[in-house]
Amino acid sequence: MRALAVLIAVLSSAAVLLGYFLAPLLPVLASIQTQLLSAAMTLAGVAVLAGIFNLFSVHVNKTRRDRKNGIYSALLVVSLLGTFLLVSLLRPGHALVRIIVLESVVFPIESALMGILTVSLLYAAIRLLRRRLDAASAFFLLTTVIVLLGAVTLPALGGIPFIGEFSRWWTQVLALGGMRGILIGVALGAFFTGLRVLFGADRPYGG
Amino acid sequence: MMNFAEALVLAAAAILLGLTSLWKRKSPVRMRGIPALLSLRRALGLSVEDGTRLHVSLGSASPLDGRGASALAGLAALRRIAEHAAASDAPPLASAGDPALGLLSQDTMQAGYKAAGAEGLYSQDTGRAAGLTPFGYAAGAMHISPNENVSANILLGHFGPEAALIADAAERSGAAVIGASDNLTGQAVLFASAREALIGEELFAAGASLEAGAFHAASLTLQDLLRWLIILALAGGAALKFLRFI
Repeated sequence: MRALAVLIAVLSSAAVLLGYFLAPLLPVLASIQTQLLSAAMTLAGVAVLAGIFNLFSVHVNKTRRDRKNGIYSALLVVSLLGTFLLVSLLRPGHALVRIIVLESVVFPIESALMGILTVSLLYAAIRLLRRRLDAASAFFLLTTVIVLLGAVTLPALGGIPFIGEFSRWWTQVLALGGMRGILIGVALGAFFTGLRVLFGADRPYGG
Repeated sequence: MMNFAEALVLAAAAILLGLTSLWKRKSPVRMRGIPALLSLRRALGLSVEDGTRLHVSLGSASPLDGRGASALAGLAALRRIAEHAAASDAPPLASAGDPALGLLSQDTMQAGYKAAGAEGLYSQDTGRAAGLTPFGYAAGAMHISPNENVSANILLGHFGPEAALIADAAERSGAAVIGASDNLTGQAVLFASAREALIGEELFAAGASLEAGAFHAASLTLQDLLRWLIILALAGGAALKFLRFI
């Protein structure tokens, strides 16, 4: 079974990769690639259902076992079932679904999380030097302060003199150069991760 | 006629295979120490000793899109973590922000348990899809550390700014936070929020650091080699441009 899974994974990834490179020479590879990608999209759709069922079963178990925090899991299960019922009865695009589920619950909660995020980030920046007193942390904080100073405005003056230009130079030369370096490294890492999957060395499908 | 991308893939694949076979024959060359990965190894050992859990957050990348490589790197590390901690009193937990990744995390954990000879101890509840959007995932994952006896929260995968919420919740519950993301915003956030942060491609070195096999070590070496080539090409190109040769 394990060997079959490896064989399917390696052949599928090789076919998709070859489809990119050799499609002009062998048009059949392009059609195989399209079929495989369509199958993958369908499987991803099924995975969403399986993921939701997993979330449901985990929280049903937590409701049964965890007396202290089980109420939150129960709330999640009830919300999940309620949303499922509502969407099944009214169809996903119905205005009531949009108002009750999205505009009354999902959007306000995500906005609240964004608000908490601002405080979390500020707190993290304040704690940074206490946690890690080194040159990298100091440079990180200095960059944050320079970029923020470059973005603020003063009454009557507008931007702070010289700081705006300096901030733009800092972001467009130093920060952007660093970002490109990091992205090149990430791309190299992603490339080799792909190769490992292609060779069957990384087997996230249970190997 | 072969173009540059095809030639690069083929050359890299051939060298990777060659290096892997070399690696299998010889004792491995010492790899550069990355402090965050050393902390990860230490956290793994401590969690087994003191009966606490590790929470591996895999982020919200789908294995089917362009960000999937970070998820695969996280899964490779999870496989080793599950194998090491399979027989401990409190097995590790994995959470994902994508359903397919959630399923893969279960499969990976099960494979780790099997490799450790403890398949009977594996529970499906230890691999979870905690949410379906980045902030939904953060909302689901941030409750795991405070409520499930977690001593270290390891974030390995694709995270945006929402990583700060997970890291903050874990820090407040006393868990050590080690974080890595392939996303620049996520990296900046984790650099400030996590006790130890991995920058750039260090995320992809997690497998090699946890001794995931010769392929991981060989690909890390080749990655370093290609980085040197890119540095030389960039510096050479800039010098030639400066001297007006191109």
